[in-house]
Amino acid sequence: MDFTPHTEEDLRKMKMAIGIEKIDELFSDIPEEVKFKGKLNLPEGVSEQELVNLLKQLSQKNTTTEDYINFLGAGAYEHFIPSVIDHVISRSEFYTSYTPYQPEISQGMLQAIFEYQTMICELTGMEVSNASLYDGASALAEAVEMACNFIGNKKILVSRTIHPEYLQVVKTYTQFRDIEIIEVPWVKGNTDLEALIKNLDDKTAAYVIQYPNFFGIVEDLDTLQTRVEKNNALFIVVADPISLALLKPPGDFGADIVVGEGQSLGNPLQFGGPYLGFMAAKKKLIRKMPGRIVGETKDVNNVRGYVLTLQTREQHIRRERATSNICSNEALCALAAAVYLTYMGKKGLRAVAEQCLLKANYLYENICKLEHYHKVFDGPFFKEFVVKTDHDVEYLNKELQKHRIFGGLNLERFYPELKNHLLVCVTETKTKQELDYFLARLEGIV
Amino acid sequence: MKREKKLIFEISKPGRKSYSLPKLDWIQKDVSDLIPEKLLREKPPELPEVCEIDLVRHYTELSKRNHGVDSGFYPLGSCTMKYNPKVNENISRFKGFTKIHPYQWEETVQGALQLMYEMNDYLCEISGMDYITLQPAAGSHGELTGLMVIKAYLNHIGEGHRYKVLVPDSAHGTNPASAAMCGFEVKEIKSNARGCVDIDELKAQADENTAALMLTNPNTLGLFEEDILEISEIVHQAGGLLYYDGANANAIMGITRPGDMGFDVVHFNLHKTFSTPHGGGGPGAGPVGVKEKLEPFLPVPRIEKHSEKDFYYLDYNKPLSIGRVRVFYGNFGVITKAYAYIRAVGPEGLKKVSEYAVLNANYLMSQLKKYYFLPYDRCCKHEFVVSGKKQAKHGVRALDIAKRLIDYGYHPPTIYFPLIVQEALMIEPTETESLETLDEFINAMKQIAEEAEKTPEKVKNAPYTTVVGRLDEVTVARKPKTRWTRV
Repeated sequence: MDFTPHTEEDLRKMKMAIGIEKIDELFSDIPEEVKFKGKLNLPEGVSEQELVNLLKQLSQKNTTTEDYINFLGAGAYEHFIPSVIDHVISRSEFYTSYTPYQPEISQGMLQAIFEYQTMICELTGMEVSNASLYDGASALAEAVEMACNFIGNKKILVSRTIHPEYLQVVKTYTQFRDIEIIEVPWVKGNTDLEALIKNLDDKTAAYVIQYPNFFGIVEDLDTLQTRVEKNNALFIVVADPISLALLKPPGDFGADIVVGEGQSLGNPLQFGGPYLGFMAAKKKLIRKMPGRIVGETKDVNNVRGYVLTLQTREQHIRRERATSNICSNEALCALAAAVYLTYMGKKGLRAVAEQCLLKANYLYENICKLEHYHKVFDGPFFKEFVVKTDHDVEYLNKELQKHRIFGGLNLERFYPELKNHLLVCVTETKTKQELDYFLARLEGIV
Repeated sequence: MKREKKLIFEISKPGRKSYSLPKLDWIQKDVSDLIPEKLLREKPPELPEVCEIDLVRHYTELSKRNHGVDSGFYPLGSCTMKYNPKVNENISRFKGFTKIHPYQWEETVQGALQLMYEMNDYLCEISGMDYITLQPAAGSHGELTGLMVIKAYLNHIGEGHRYKVLVPDSAHGTNPASAAMCGFEVKEIKSNARGCVDIDELKAQADENTAALMLTNPNTLGLFEEDILEISEIVHQAGGLLYYDGANANAIMGITRPGDMGFDVVHFNLHKTFSTPHGGGGPGAGPVGVKEKLEPFLPVPRIEKHSEKDFYYLDYNKPLSIGRVRVFYGNFGVITKAYAYIRAVGPEGLKKVSEYAVLNANYLMSQLKKYYFLPYDRCCKHEFVVSGKKQAKHGVRALDIAKRLIDYGYHPPTIYFPLIVQEALMIEPTETESLETLDEFINAMKQIAEEAEKTPEKVKNAPYTTVVGRLDEVTVARKPKTRWTRV
């Protein structure tokens, strides 16, 4: 395929205007020694028809969540995606634009992001939100750095019940910054509150809890809030946005920064990306926030409009003194999230959350009645739960695969102490037949 | 034309809805049986309540208030706003690409892993590097990743004391910001009269404490760093590494390769060079390539191939790796589009892309310099920078020229960047624009230059044709209103 427009006549005119005979002359400033001789060793170009067939074949080598019944979650969630979302984000005025540096011709994206920020504030119970970050994990890493900047300390307490890959990303981001990461252990699937309190001192910049946590358990932030004494450290919560239609928002428990993965809001699984990290915070932190922020203002005729604001925090103005290096974020994914939240609305999002909760609970109760599957953790859970099995998890999942089921995540992968433990996810997409089929197949494994 | 657009919250009406869900009459339990009351939300979030047609009209109306590449010419310098092929949008939506979970067993995602594995190979070939990671989600994320790899490598070889990262004064703001985020100190290198790295200054700065030089080549003035071999030698002699900011790689495909120029680390912007749409500010993708000695430090997991079994897998066993920079494996959906683009145009097509990108830029420059001051009057690559200095004499600033261009139907160029050019207008036409489009743009720029001289007020009050006029950015920054609240 060829997406360039020039005819022979065009080329002749342009070369003449520039004063060259051959296009090669435009590259004469490149030293001969570094010029690439010959042809790049890549597959030859193809027609659109061939391209579509080629990629179709490649895509068909994958087994999809339509082919199998999927019980994998763990940070990437299979929720129903209403048709309107793809139609809206396929409006090419949105997806072929870039960062809205010129507000007069970018009011559409700016207003959509302003609305997105409002929705994120509403869900999290916070005062301000940015326009999105790369994903939940990098959003947490940014929140940790933001806390260190704001507080002036470099010690961070992180519960081991947060997504293990999030913890890995935090460690990667902070490894060259003298930031100390202290991992807080868990008991019965919940953050060990005593250990958290013991480690929390006046050198601590922030403490991090996931809500619901990686095991699906809704951590008791109420008790945590009453038990943790007043101190300077910031309270960072990693939250599941859909659960927040049902659960008390982290803001109500005194959270200072709330981050999380926004993929579940209308974005496909897509093998892990692109997703979007959301970040909301208390107002006092806004000037330390990373990324784009949209603000409302007036034009010369007093007409309401929107602009990128507080840009003096950002790399293109502040360079090495910026709050972060982030430039491109995940605007189109944030747009999808806003459309999803608009479609679901106040009542629909709660209904989705309720279905997740009730269906997950139905499966859990019934799995635990089976012979080789056991309850191990305490506390209420949202859409994911942990069971211990007498089977080897790898074997179990292989068996389930024969019945077109993607079983649960083998937790030993991240927690060596959790051998034979399975993390199972149930969203509103699962039917009674599917859950019963899964139960029957689990029971049938010997 | 000028009118306020209601917010979705102002359209909302209690009782309206778009959603529908399957019945749940087979479960008797209630939420309150499962979650303690103290953890339950008392007041629902203020989300909009609208029916589907309201939703669709709202967002359609918003889209009309936005300018994209599909709306018209978008010569935003350093952003490579080329045409985004529609076929790539369809391909990335194949259910075999969208409906796969990142933790599925490897044998069920062989197509996805193969695509990523081959993408690594293609990017290695195009850049002249040895290994690639596809994990970073954007260019600046790639910069951070690349610099962390450098830092880990230096620590490993006992050179961890090297604290300086050298950055030219023409560099993108992300370069110094990324270096600072990685714990380095930034030292700025002045440009010389030809708009390139000042060799004497570089020699003076490059020393036993230098970790790396970050360079964009062609640089942000659109000029090729002709002394690249000498630059490479100076940095390497001093024991530092050379980092390539690939924001401007659209100028060099099949023509020269960072690996051959002496660069040790490269990042690409798939959303610039490889035609994936910019999405109103993302998602992009910022793969990083390195030379062999840096390979052990790349993020995990790496995508490997078991040749005998013809099986692709994820390798986590890299003890020296910097770790992960995000969850899962990268912006797969974006990578899919870029992969399709490379397969569609092929090696000759990529070279043609760069040739035409450079031809278009030189043609525009040759015509625009008749009306605007051209600070570096020499052959450019895929972009160039003119100055509004002449127009400033009439009180017309680069910002005014940009705003007036909107009335002519164009997205303005990047303005006031690079910082070393007064009243900078940084113009990148890309290869997908036709001669007619370029000529019309030249004509608009010519008319604006005339207006600046004869009727400067007309330019200074632009734009006139947009849904809003110039917006007050000062008051909002002082007292930011960043969300809607019910009054």
